[in-house]
Amino acid sequence: MKAVAFDYARPRDVAEAVRLLAEGGDRAKCMAGAQSLGPMLNLRLVQPELIVDLRHIEELRATEDSADAVTFGACVTHSEIEDGRVPDPTRGLMREIATNIAYRAVRNRGTIGGSLAHADPAADWPSVLNLLGATVIAAGLGGRKNFPIGKFLTGLFETALQPGEILVGICVPKLPARARCGYWKFCRKTGEFPQAIGGALDDPERGAARAVIGATRGAPYVIGDARALINSPDEARLLAAADAAGLEGDSYSRKLHAVALRRAIERLAA
Amino acid sequence: MTRISLLVNGKPVKAEVEPRTHLADFLRERLSLTGTNLGCEHGVCGACTLEIDGAPARSCITWAVACDGASVRTIEDFDDDPVMAELREAFTAEHALQCGYCTPGMLVTARDIIMRLPDADEARIRKELSGNLCRCTGYMGIVRAIRCVLDERKAHAR
Repeated sequence: MKAVAFDYARPRDVAEAVRLLAEGGDRAKCMAGAQSLGPMLNLRLVQPELIVDLRHIEELRATEDSADAVTFGACVTHSEIEDGRVPDPTRGLMREIATNIAYRAVRNRGTIGGSLAHADPAADWPSVLNLLGATVIAAGLGGRKNFPIGKFLTGLFETALQPGEILVGICVPKLPARARCGYWKFCRKTGEFPQAIGGALDDPERGAARAVIGATRGAPYVIGDARALINSPDEARLLAAADAAGLEGDSYSRKLHAVALRRAIERLAA
Repeated sequence: MTRISLLVNGKPVKAEVEPRTHLADFLRERLSLTGTNLGCEHGVCGACTLEIDGAPARSCITWAVACDGASVRTIEDFDDDPVMAELREAFTAEHALQCGYCTPGMLVTARDIIMRLPDADEARIRKELSGNLCRCTGYMGIVRAIRCVLDERKAHAR
Protein backbone atom coordinates (compact mmCIF):
# COMPACT_ATOMS: atom_id res chain seq x y z
CA MET A 1 0.00 0.00 0.00
CA LYS A 2 1.01 3.60 -0.55
CA ALA A 3 0.24 6.60 1.62
CA VAL A 4 -2.39 9.12 0.53
CA ALA A 5 -1.10 12.38 -0.92
CA PHE A 6 0.00 14.84 1.74
CA ASP A 7 1.96 18.06 1.99
CA TYR A 8 5.23 18.13 3.87
CA ALA A 9 6.67 20.82 6.12
CA ARG A 10 10.00 20.87 7.89
CA PRO A 11 9.88 23.52 10.62
CA ARG A 12 13.14 24.81 12.10
CA ASP A 13 11.88 25.39 15.62
CA VAL A 14 9.13 24.39 18.02
CA ALA A 15 7.23 27.67 17.57
CA GLU A 16 6.98 27.12 13.80
CA ALA A 17 5.94 23.47 14.28
CA VAL A 18 3.22 24.44 16.73
CA ARG A 19 1.94 27.16 14.41
CA LEU A 20 1.78 24.74 11.44
CA LEU A 21 -0.03 22.11 13.48
CA ALA A 22 -2.48 24.63 14.92
CA GLU A 23 -3.26 25.95 11.42
CA GLY A 24 -3.64 22.44 10.05
CA GLY A 25 -6.00 21.34 12.81
CA ASP A 26 -7.01 17.69 12.59
CA ARG A 27 -5.81 17.51 8.97
CA ALA A 28 -2.20 17.91 10.13
CA LYS A 29 -0.05 15.29 11.81
CA CYS A 30 3.40 15.66 13.29
CA MET A 31 6.07 13.10 12.46
CA ALA A 32 9.20 12.14 14.38
CA GLY A 33 10.98 8.89 13.40
CA ALA A 34 7.86 7.63 11.58
CA GLN A 35 8.39 4.04 12.71
CA SER A 36 4.74 3.79 13.78
CA LEU A 37 3.32 6.60 11.68
CA GLY A 38 5.06 5.22 8.56
CA PRO A 39 3.26 1.86 8.59
CA MET A 40 -0.01 3.63 9.49
CA LEU A 41 0.39 5.95 6.50
CA ASN A 42 1.15 3.08 4.13
CA LEU A 43 -1.81 1.09 5.44
CA ARG A 44 -3.91 4.29 5.19
CA LEU A 45 -4.95 3.97 8.79
CA VAL A 46 -4.08 7.66 8.91
CA GLN A 47 -4.70 10.02 5.99
CA PRO A 48 -3.34 13.46 6.86
CA GLU A 49 -3.22 16.42 4.48
CA LEU A 50 -0.08 17.81 6.09
CA ILE A 51 2.90 16.11 7.71
CA VAL A 52 5.01 18.30 9.99
CA ASP A 53 8.46 16.72 10.27
CA LEU A 54 9.95 17.39 13.71
CA ARG A 55 13.27 15.62 13.15
CA HIS A 56 15.22 18.73 12.18
CA ILE A 57 14.34 20.85 15.19
CA GLU A 58 17.59 21.22 17.10
CA GLU A 59 15.90 21.60 20.49
CA LEU A 60 14.15 18.24 20.14
CA ARG A 61 17.47 16.48 19.45
CA ALA A 62 19.12 17.79 22.64
CA THR A 63 19.62 16.10 26.00
CA GLU A 64 20.09 18.00 29.23
CA ASP A 65 21.85 16.37 32.17
CA SER A 66 21.16 18.13 35.48
CA ALA A 67 21.94 17.18 39.08
CA ASP A 68 18.85 15.10 39.68
CA ALA A 69 17.37 14.35 36.25
CA VAL A 70 18.02 13.90 32.55
CA THR A 71 15.73 15.66 30.07
CA PHE A 72 15.53 13.96 26.69
CA GLY A 73 14.47 15.91 23.64
CA ALA A 74 11.48 14.22 22.03
CA CYS A 75 13.47 13.21 18.92
CA VAL A 76 16.26 11.35 20.74
CA THR A 77 16.32 7.93 19.10
CA HIS A 78 16.17 4.52 20.75
CA SER A 79 19.63 3.81 19.25
CA GLU A 80 21.17 6.85 20.90
CA ILE A 81 19.89 5.56 24.25
CA GLU A 82 20.96 1.98 23.43
CA ASP A 83 24.51 3.06 22.54
CA GLY A 84 24.94 5.32 25.56
CA ARG A 85 25.32 8.36 23.28
CA VAL A 86 23.02 10.19 25.71
CA PRO A 87 23.20 10.01 29.52
CA ASP A 88 21.20 7.24 31.21
CA PRO A 89 19.60 8.44 34.47
CA THR A 90 18.75 4.85 35.40
CA ARG A 91 22.18 3.21 35.53
CA GLY A 92 21.55 0.94 32.56
CA LEU A 93 17.82 0.21 32.66
CA MET A 94 16.94 2.64 29.86
CA ARG A 95 19.81 1.32 27.75
CA GLU A 96 18.56 -2.22 28.21
CA ILE A 97 14.99 -1.23 27.37
CA ALA A 98 16.10 0.62 24.24
CA THR A 99 18.23 -2.33 23.09
CA ASN A 100 15.15 -4.55 23.11
CA ILE A 101 12.78 -2.27 21.19
CA ALA A 102 11.92 -3.66 17.75
CA TYR A 103 15.01 -3.91 15.48
CA ARG A 104 18.14 -1.83 15.00
CA ALA A 105 16.91 -0.35 11.71
CA VAL A 106 13.77 0.79 13.56
CA ARG A 107 15.70 2.00 16.62
CA ASN A 108 17.93 4.16 14.40
CA ARG A 109 14.88 6.20 13.36
CA GLY A 110 12.29 5.70 16.11
CA THR A 111 12.25 8.25 18.93
CA ILE A 112 11.39 8.19 22.63
CA GLY A 113 9.03 11.16 22.23
CA GLY A 114 7.30 9.71 19.20
CA SER A 115 6.76 6.43 20.98
CA LEU A 116 5.28 8.14 24.03
CA ALA A 117 3.05 10.50 22.03
CA HIS A 118 1.79 7.57 19.93
CA ALA A 119 0.82 5.92 23.25
CA ASP A 120 0.65 2.34 21.99
CA PRO A 121 -0.02 0.39 25.21
CA ALA A 122 2.31 -2.37 24.01
CA ALA A 123 5.29 -0.06 23.48
CA ASP A 124 8.04 -0.10 26.11
CA TRP A 125 8.48 3.59 26.95
CA PRO A 126 4.91 4.24 28.21
CA SER A 127 5.31 1.53 30.86
CA VAL A 128 8.96 2.24 31.67
CA LEU A 129 8.52 6.01 31.97
CA ASN A 130 5.56 5.42 34.28
CA LEU A 131 7.77 3.23 36.44
CA LEU A 132 10.48 5.89 36.53
CA GLY A 133 8.05 8.72 37.38
CA ALA A 134 8.92 10.81 34.32
CA THR A 135 7.55 14.26 33.53
CA VAL A 136 6.37 15.08 30.00
CA ILE A 137 6.92 18.57 28.59
CA ALA A 138 4.49 19.74 25.91
CA ALA A 139 4.41 22.91 23.83
CA GLY A 140 1.46 24.63 22.19
CA LEU A 141 0.37 28.08 21.06
CA GLY A 142 -0.35 28.90 24.71
CA GLY A 143 3.19 28.04 25.83
CA ARG A 144 4.67 25.07 27.64
CA LYS A 145 3.23 22.78 30.24
CA ASN A 146 4.40 19.80 32.22
CA PHE A 147 2.48 16.60 32.83
CA PRO A 148 3.29 13.84 35.29
CA ILE A 149 3.47 10.77 33.05
CA GLY A 150 0.34 9.28 34.64
CA LYS A 151 -1.66 12.33 33.60
CA PHE A 152 -0.14 12.37 30.11
CA LEU A 153 -1.08 8.84 29.06
CA THR A 154 -4.85 8.75 29.21
CA GLY A 155 -5.80 5.59 27.32
CA LEU A 156 -5.40 3.37 24.30
CA PHE A 157 -3.40 5.51 21.83
CA GLU A 158 -4.60 8.53 23.80
CA THR A 159 -2.68 11.32 25.53
CA ALA A 160 -3.45 14.64 27.18
CA LEU A 161 -1.99 16.51 24.18
CA GLN A 162 -4.48 18.95 22.71
CA PRO A 163 -4.71 19.67 18.97
CA GLY A 164 -1.72 21.78 17.96
CA GLU A 165 0.38 20.67 20.92
CA ILE A 166 3.52 18.61 20.60
CA LEU A 167 5.57 16.63 23.05
CA VAL A 168 8.95 18.38 23.25
CA GLY A 169 10.78 16.60 26.05
CA ILE A 170 10.75 13.94 28.73
CA CYS A 171 12.36 14.54 32.10
CA VAL A 172 13.48 11.34 33.87
CA PRO A 173 14.62 11.61 37.50
CA LYS A 174 17.95 9.98 38.30
CA LEU A 175 17.62 6.65 40.04
CA PRO A 176 19.14 6.82 43.54
CA ALA A 177 22.07 4.50 44.24
CA ARG A 178 20.06 1.97 46.24
CA ALA A 179 17.00 1.95 43.99
CA ARG A 180 16.33 -1.15 41.89
CA CYS A 181 14.22 -1.66 38.78
CA GLY A 182 12.92 -4.83 37.17
CA TYR A 183 11.23 -5.22 33.79
CA TRP A 184 9.88 -8.14 31.83
CA LYS A 185 8.01 -8.47 28.56
CA PHE A 186 6.61 -11.41 26.65
CA CYS A 187 7.02 -11.18 22.88
CA ARG A 188 5.86 -13.93 20.51
CA LYS A 189 8.81 -13.07 18.30
CA THR A 190 11.98 -11.13 19.15
CA GLY A 191 11.40 -7.46 18.43
CA GLU A 192 7.64 -7.71 18.02
CA PHE A 193 5.31 -5.73 20.25
CA PRO A 194 4.89 -7.59 23.56
CA GLN A 195 1.71 -9.31 24.63
CA ALA A 196 2.40 -8.53 28.28
CA ILE A 197 4.65 -6.13 30.21
CA GLY A 198 5.51 -6.10 33.90
CA GLY A 199 7.67 -3.58 35.72
CA ALA A 200 8.69 -2.93 39.32
CA LEU A 201 10.66 -0.23 41.15
CA ASP A 202 11.94 -0.41 44.70
CA ASP A 203 13.45 2.86 45.88
CA PRO A 204 14.15 2.84 49.64
CA GLU A 205 15.71 6.35 49.58
CA ARG A 206 12.51 7.98 48.37
CA GLY A 207 10.28 5.40 50.02
CA ALA A 208 8.80 4.40 46.67
CA ALA A 209 7.61 0.93 45.70
CA ARG A 210 5.88 1.03 42.32
CA ALA A 211 4.71 -1.56 39.85
CA VAL A 212 3.32 -1.28 36.35
CA ILE A 213 1.34 -3.57 34.07
CA GLY A 214 1.59 -2.71 30.37
CA ALA A 215 0.40 -4.00 27.02
CA THR A 216 -3.18 -3.88 28.29
CA ARG A 217 -6.22 -2.38 26.56
CA GLY A 218 -5.53 1.07 27.97
CA ALA A 219 -2.81 3.25 29.44
CA PRO A 220 -0.24 1.39 31.59
CA TYR A 221 -1.76 0.38 34.93
CA VAL A 222 0.35 1.74 37.78
CA ILE A 223 0.31 0.39 41.33
CA GLY A 224 1.50 3.38 43.32
CA ASP A 225 2.05 1.47 46.54
CA ALA A 226 3.33 -1.94 45.55
CA ARG A 227 5.21 -2.69 48.79
CA ALA A 228 3.11 -5.73 49.72
CA LEU A 229 3.24 -7.05 46.16
CA ILE A 230 7.01 -6.61 45.89
CA ASN A 231 7.62 -8.20 49.31
CA SER A 232 5.46 -11.24 48.58
CA PRO A 233 4.48 -11.61 44.92
CA ASP A 234 2.20 -14.59 45.39
CA GLU A 235 -0.19 -15.69 42.67
CA ALA A 236 -3.32 -14.28 44.29
CA ARG A 237 -1.80 -10.79 44.58
CA LEU A 238 -0.40 -10.89 41.03
CA LEU A 239 -3.71 -12.00 39.52
CA ALA A 240 -5.57 -9.38 41.55
CA ALA A 241 -3.22 -6.76 40.08
CA ALA A 242 -3.87 -8.07 36.55
CA ASP A 243 -7.62 -7.93 37.19
CA ALA A 244 -7.31 -4.37 38.47
CA ALA A 245 -5.47 -3.56 35.22
CA GLY A 246 -8.62 -4.50 33.32
CA LEU A 247 -7.60 -8.00 32.26
CA GLU A 248 -10.32 -9.83 34.16
CA GLY A 249 -12.22 -12.19 31.91
CA ASP A 250 -9.28 -12.95 29.63
CA SER A 251 -7.74 -15.91 31.39
CA TYR A 252 -4.69 -16.21 29.09
CA SER A 253 -3.85 -12.53 29.12
CA ARG A 254 -4.34 -12.04 32.87
CA LYS A 255 -2.05 -15.00 33.64
CA LEU A 256 0.57 -13.81 31.15
CA HIS A 257 0.58 -10.33 32.70
CA ALA A 258 0.72 -11.82 36.20
CA VAL A 259 3.81 -13.84 35.25
CA ALA A 260 5.43 -10.83 33.53
CA LEU A 261 4.91 -8.83 36.72
CA ARG A 262 6.31 -11.64 38.90
CA ARG A 263 9.42 -11.90 36.71
CA ALA A 264 9.91 -8.14 36.87
CA ILE A 265 9.72 -8.28 40.67
CA GLU A 266 12.14 -11.22 40.74
CA ARG A 267 14.59 -9.16 38.73
CA LEU A 268 14.66 -6.51 41.49
CA ALA A 269 16.87 -8.85 43.46
CA ALA A 270 19.32 -9.35 40.58
CA MET B 1 5.91 18.33 -5.56
CA THR B 2 8.82 19.15 -3.31
CA ARG B 3 12.38 19.73 -4.41
CA ILE B 4 14.94 17.61 -2.59
CA SER B 5 18.67 17.25 -2.78
CA LEU B 6 20.51 14.36 -1.20
CA LEU B 7 23.48 12.07 -1.66
CA VAL B 8 22.74 8.64 -3.08
CA ASN B 9 25.69 6.28 -3.08
CA GLY B 10 28.03 9.23 -2.75
CA LYS B 11 26.62 11.14 -5.73
CA PRO B 12 24.54 14.32 -5.41
CA VAL B 13 20.94 13.87 -6.58
CA LYS B 14 18.36 16.60 -7.07
CA ALA B 15 14.74 15.73 -7.76
CA GLU B 16 11.14 16.84 -7.50
CA VAL B 17 9.16 14.34 -5.44
CA GLU B 18 5.65 13.89 -4.17
CA PRO B 19 5.91 13.96 -0.36
CA ARG B 20 4.04 10.65 -0.17
CA THR B 21 6.73 8.82 -2.17
CA HIS B 22 8.73 6.59 0.14
CA LEU B 23 12.47 6.30 -0.21
CA ALA B 24 12.45 2.79 -1.69
CA ASP B 25 10.02 3.78 -4.47
CA PHE B 26 12.10 6.89 -5.16
CA LEU B 27 15.27 4.83 -5.48
CA ARG B 28 13.68 2.09 -7.58
CA GLU B 29 11.34 4.08 -9.81
CA ARG B 30 13.23 7.34 -10.25
CA LEU B 31 16.88 6.35 -9.96
CA SER B 32 16.52 2.77 -11.28
CA LEU B 33 18.35 1.45 -8.22
CA THR B 34 16.39 -1.78 -8.03
CA GLY B 35 18.74 -3.53 -5.61
CA THR B 36 16.52 -2.33 -2.76
CA ASN B 37 13.65 -4.80 -2.57
CA LEU B 38 10.19 -4.12 -1.22
CA GLY B 39 8.43 -6.83 0.75
CA CYS B 40 5.76 -5.83 3.22
CA GLU B 41 5.85 -2.04 2.79
CA HIS B 42 5.04 -1.48 6.43
CA GLY B 43 8.34 -1.85 8.19
CA VAL B 44 8.12 -5.50 9.24
CA CYS B 45 10.06 -7.68 6.78
CA GLY B 46 13.35 -5.78 6.48
CA ALA B 47 13.83 -6.46 2.74
CA CYS B 48 14.16 -2.72 2.01
CA THR B 49 16.80 -2.07 4.70
CA LEU B 50 19.54 0.30 3.54
CA GLU B 51 21.76 2.91 5.15
CA ILE B 52 20.71 6.49 5.85
CA ASP B 53 23.51 8.68 7.20
CA GLY B 54 25.52 5.55 7.92
CA ALA B 55 22.88 3.66 9.90
CA PRO B 56 20.51 0.90 8.75
CA ALA B 57 16.92 2.05 8.18
CA ARG B 58 13.71 0.85 6.55
CA SER B 59 13.31 2.65 3.24
CA CYS B 60 9.60 1.76 2.91
CA ILE B 61 8.61 3.81 5.97
CA THR B 62 11.03 6.67 5.36
CA TRP B 63 9.85 9.34 2.94
CA ALA B 64 12.16 10.57 0.18
CA VAL B 65 11.22 14.12 1.11
CA ALA B 66 12.37 13.48 4.69
CA CYS B 67 15.79 12.50 3.28
CA ASP B 68 16.45 15.97 1.89
CA GLY B 69 20.03 16.68 2.95
CA ALA B 70 20.73 13.07 3.95
CA SER B 71 23.20 10.54 2.61
CA VAL B 72 21.63 7.29 1.42
CA ARG B 73 23.61 4.14 0.65
CA THR B 74 22.01 1.23 -1.18
CA ILE B 75 23.26 -2.30 -1.81
CA GLU B 76 24.60 -1.14 -5.23
CA ASP B 77 27.27 0.95 -3.47
CA PHE B 78 28.91 -1.89 -1.55
CA ASP B 79 30.79 -3.50 -4.46
CA ASP B 80 34.15 -2.25 -3.21
CA ASP B 81 33.42 -2.50 0.49
CA PRO B 82 35.80 -5.01 2.12
CA VAL B 83 33.33 -6.15 4.81
CA MET B 84 30.61 -6.68 2.23
CA ALA B 85 33.08 -8.64 0.08
CA GLU B 86 33.71 -11.00 2.99
CA LEU B 87 29.97 -11.29 3.62
CA ARG B 88 29.22 -12.03 -0.05
CA GLU B 89 31.78 -14.81 -0.04
CA ALA B 90 30.46 -16.24 3.23
CA PHE B 91 26.82 -16.00 2.08
CA THR B 92 27.76 -18.04 -1.00
CA ALA B 93 29.82 -20.61 0.91
CA GLU B 94 27.21 -21.11 3.65
CA HIS B 95 24.15 -21.16 1.36
CA ALA B 96 22.81 -18.04 3.10
CA LEU B 97 20.44 -17.24 0.27
CA GLN B 98 18.07 -19.11 -1.97
CA CYS B 99 15.63 -16.86 -3.84
CA GLY B 100 17.69 -13.80 -2.87
CA TYR B 101 14.79 -11.46 -2.25
CA CYS B 102 15.72 -10.70 1.38
CA THR B 103 19.46 -10.66 0.64
CA PRO B 104 20.10 -6.92 0.11
CA GLY B 105 18.44 -6.14 3.45
CA MET B 106 20.14 -9.13 5.10
CA LEU B 107 23.55 -7.95 3.90
CA VAL B 108 23.05 -4.40 5.18
CA THR B 109 21.97 -5.76 8.58
CA ALA B 110 24.78 -8.33 8.57
CA ARG B 111 27.35 -5.63 7.85
CA ASP B 112 25.95 -3.56 10.72
CA ILE B 113 26.38 -6.56 13.06
CA ILE B 114 30.00 -7.03 11.93
CA MET B 115 30.86 -3.35 12.38
CA ARG B 116 28.94 -2.64 15.59
CA LEU B 117 29.07 -5.95 17.46
CA PRO B 118 32.40 -7.65 16.75
CA ASP B 119 31.93 -9.94 19.77
CA ALA B 120 28.39 -11.05 18.91
CA ASP B 121 27.67 -14.71 19.66
CA GLU B 122 25.07 -16.78 17.84
CA ALA B 123 22.23 -15.68 20.16
CA ARG B 124 23.08 -12.01 19.57
CA ILE B 125 23.35 -12.50 15.81
CA ARG B 126 19.89 -14.10 15.81
CA LYS B 127 18.46 -11.26 17.91
CA GLU B 128 19.96 -8.64 15.59
CA LEU B 129 18.67 -10.48 12.52
CA SER B 130 15.13 -10.77 13.88
CA GLY B 131 13.97 -7.75 11.90
CA ASN B 132 14.88 -9.31 8.56
CA LEU B 133 12.62 -12.09 7.36
CA CYS B 134 13.80 -14.88 5.08
CA ARG B 135 11.25 -17.44 3.88
CA CYS B 136 13.78 -19.81 2.22
CA THR B 137 16.82 -20.58 4.32
CA GLY B 138 15.53 -21.05 7.86
CA TYR B 139 18.31 -18.58 8.83
CA MET B 140 20.84 -21.36 9.57
CA GLY B 141 23.07 -20.42 6.66
CA ILE B 142 22.71 -16.68 7.22
CA VAL B 143 23.70 -16.97 10.89
CA ARG B 144 26.63 -19.24 9.95
CA ALA B 145 27.83 -16.83 7.28
CA ILE B 146 27.86 -13.90 9.72
CA ARG B 147 29.62 -16.02 12.35
CA CYS B 148 32.27 -17.01 9.80
CA VAL B 149 33.03 -13.39 8.96
CA LEU B 150 33.14 -12.41 12.65
CA ASP B 151 35.44 -15.35 13.46
CA GLU B 152 37.76 -14.61 10.57
CA ARG B 153 38.03 -10.95 11.45
CA LYS B 154 38.82 -11.90 15.06
CA ALA B 155 41.49 -14.36 13.94
CA HIS B 156 43.09 -11.67 11.74
CA ALA B 157 42.98 -9.08 14.51
CA ARG B 158 45.17 -11.28 16.73
